Parts: sequence; structure tokens; C-alpha cells
Amino acid sequence: MGLRDALFGRTTQAAPNLDNLFALPSAALTLETELELVTSGQAGLCFKAGSGENALTTDDDIIQLLDFDQTNAKVTMTTDDLGFRWLVIADGDVGDLVTRIHGANTSLVEHGLGARLLCAVFGFVPKSPPGEGSVRMVYLMKQGTFYPFAPTGANQRNNELELRVRSFVEHDLPMEKDLSRWMALWNLPVN
Amino acid sequence: MSKSTIESDRGLNWRMFVTGLGLVALYAVVITLLLRLGVSSAFVIVIALASIFAQYFFSDKIAMFAMHAHQVTPEQEPRLHQIADRLCLLANMKKPRIGVAEIDLPNAFATGRNPQHAVICATRGLMNRLGDEELEAVLAHELSHVAHRDVAVMTIASGVGMLAGLVSRMAMWGAMFSGGGRSRDGENLVLLEMITWLVSLVIYVIAYLLTMALSRYRELAADRSGAILIGKPSVLASALVHITGDIGRIPRTDLRQSEGMNAFFFAPALAGGTAASLFSTHPSLEKRLDQLNKLERELNG
Repeated sequence: MGLRDALFGRTTQAAPNLDNLFALPSAALTLETELELVTSGQAGLCFKAGSGENALTTDDDIIQLLDFDQTNAKVTMTTDDLGFRWLVIADGDVGDLVTRIHGANTSLVEHGLGARLLCAVFGFVPKSPPGEGSVRMVYLMKQGTFYPFAPTGANQRNNELELRVRSFVEHDLPMEKDLSRWMALWNLPVN
Repeated sequence: MSKSTIESDRGLNWRMFVTGLGLVALYAVVITLLLRLGVSSAFVIVIALASIFAQYFFSDKIAMFAMHAHQVTPEQEPRLHQIADRLCLLANMKKPRIGVAEIDLPNAFATGRNPQHAVICATRGLMNRLGDEELEAVLAHELSHVAHRDVAVMTIASGVGMLAGLVSRMAMWGAMFSGGGRSRDGENLVLLEMITWLVSLVIYVIAYLLTMALSRYRELAADRSGAILIGKPSVLASALVHITGDIGRIPRTDLRQSEGMNAFFFAPALAGGTAASLFSTHPSLEKRLDQLNKLERELNG
């Protein structure tokens, strides 16, 4: 925010930074070899839909907008308890998940929804046996940085695991350096 | 009055005594300086003493207000009160009032000029992050601050620094206002006051450093007494790791609820926490963990 914005009391809308997303597949390899974490097969895109904006009021409108490939059957839209829209994509391959999240992002940006994008989330679960210790990699759109989020219950997160994830993938991924921005995403619809 | 059963550490006592002695020596220098300055000094002392006493008498209210904390009843916060009840029985001391600050940062503090007026406060973030055992360890640390009368000690200690600071400011104004140079005497006066200003500035810095050192020793002493009280230094150590290091900075707040400040608009992160340990009111985490490890070996080894 510049001096002129401060003088006139306005905020410039931050544009999303999508490029760093493509660093995730190589980090996924590291997660698998070092921490035995593999993709959960789900990724989510979280944004705040405004009222009546570009006539994109219904979930169907948005799914149509994202009609960039033939596999849209695996795309679902949900609204969480905080009123945020989630586009959840199911795909077994991290590379494909990243490509499709990136495509959805680009499409939303083209339709003027760029400023409303909050974050993308990629699910990771333990390879064997399934259970405790799943981690979500959260991608902050505006900062272009990643951070891990490992919820263990209502309002509880496994900070030790999160910091361990950081120590392994910080060379692969642009990690969020400011720990006070590792905000929680309670009850998110992405596994 | 009942006497607390919290033991003392001789080495730590000795270091605190030396630091205190340093402060007293400084105090003497400041008094001499004031006398050399003449009449206006009486006024300075009155103001300084008044503000120190205000700080001392209203310490609980000031600290609670600054931290947005409010006092809670056993019905509102049964967990906090139960832990405090148990610890106070164990330490044989009067139970202080209990407060809670509704912020996400994990922290706790003790305030109040004496054990009768004491309040111990925990933040919501602390209570969310720690289990019962770790919360008990942190409260034991804060109760030790109360038993050690740390608010009174630190108010008196920092009072010296404040006095020196006030003197330096008054001297500076004096130098500015008599800067016209009415006579040769006037020039001498300006020079004298400039020197006074420099000297008292140096004194202020030294007093500040000593106060900080004293504060760090008091923290270590409170760690020690708290750990001995619960008999498990390692639990306090793990609580410290959970609230002070990197982990303490990871929020519990939801990304979607803090959008205005954090997520939608980019603001460069402030590079905080780089101040040298010399200027710090708390000892480094390593030092505190070292001490607790040693205690663990002594108590349970």
C-alpha cells in the first residue's frame, strides 16, 4: 500500500501469485520419502464469493466457468460454515491436482475473481497405516507461500509435525517465513 | 502470615544481590548529580517518586488493562481455578486473584504489589495450547513471581533508571533554555548541563541494562521455584518449548476469520525478535531449559 493509497484511504487489491504452485510436486516426493506422507487425492481452492458478482451466484455458474477439461465430474463445490466457497478437486496424482488447481485459479482470475482467492489446500496422509498424522499444505494466494497445517481435533493442531514438515520441504517450496501467518483452517472440507 | 515453602537458589541470589548493589551504587551517583544541579531537582524527585508509587500501587490494574485481561470467577474458569487452588495449598500461600486475557498469543503474567493484591493471568492462547500438567507448571512459575514479590522488586529497580532518565531530560531542557549565553557564567552553566546530560544518559543506559539483568535473574528464580513446587522441571521445560519457541508463534486463529489483516492483503513480515539478550527482560529459552534440565537431574535423577 503506497502513500497515495494511505492519503486517499483506499486499498489496492492484491493480485494472486500462482507461479509457486508448481513447486509442490517435487515437495510431494520429499514428503513421501522422508515423512511417508502421500497425497490424499484431494485439493481445494478457497475463495469468498461476492454477491451477484459477474452473475456468478450459483455453484453451477462457477463449475461451468471451470469447464476447461472433461473430468469435471470430480469437481465439487461446497460452502463452509464461515461462508467461504470451496472448490474441491479429486485426483490421485499431485501433478494433476496442481495443474487443475492452477487452471481453476487462472479461470477465476480471468473472470475478475482474483482478489477473492484466499488459499489453495492440498491434502497429505500417512502412507501406511491410515490414521493420525495427516497434513494439509496450504498455499497462500497473495503471498505465494506454503505452510503446513496438521489439525488433530477441534482447535488443536500438531505444531511439532508442522515444523518437521517445514524442515524437510523448505528447500523445495517457498515456505511462509512468518510463523504468525500459519493460520488454522478448522473444519475445512478437504481431506 | 504463612511462609512459602518455595526454596531459594544461592548462586542466583548472589547474582541478584550484585545486580542490586550495582543499582544502589548508581542511585548514589544520581543523588549526587541531583544535588549538583540544585533546586529543580527536588521537583524531579517528587515527580519520579510519585510515578513510581503509582506504578507500584496500581500495578495490577495497569498490567490487566494493558493486556486486556479481566478477572474470572471459579464458575467461569473452573480449570484455571482448580489448578491454582492446588498449587496454593502445595506452596502454602494465599490464593491470588485469577485473570484471563482473550488473546491468541500464549502467555501468562503475575502482577500486584504484594501477595495480598496479586493477580495471575493467563491468555486464552495459553489455555488452548497447553494440557493440564503444562498449564500447572506455567501457573507455578507465575505463583513464584508472587511469592518472590517480583513486582515490588522490579518497580523499585526500574525506578532508579526512571529517575536517571528524568534527570537527563530535565538537564537537557535546562541546557536548551539557557542556551542564549547571557554571561560567562551562563556559558559555564550550559557546558555543565551538557556534561550532566551526557553522564545521566550513560547512567540511564547502565541502569536499564542492570534492570534487565535483574529481571532475567528473577525469571530464572521463578522457573526454579515453580519447577521445584510441582516437582517436575521437565514439564515446565516442555511448556516453555510449547509457548516460547517457534511453536508459540503459530496461531490458532482461523485464516478465514483474519482475512482483513493477514491473508487478502500483503504486508511484509516484521523482522522481530532479533534484540540482543542484553536488552531482554527474559532469559533465552536455552538458558531456561538448561537450568530446568539440571534441576530435573537433581530432583528426579
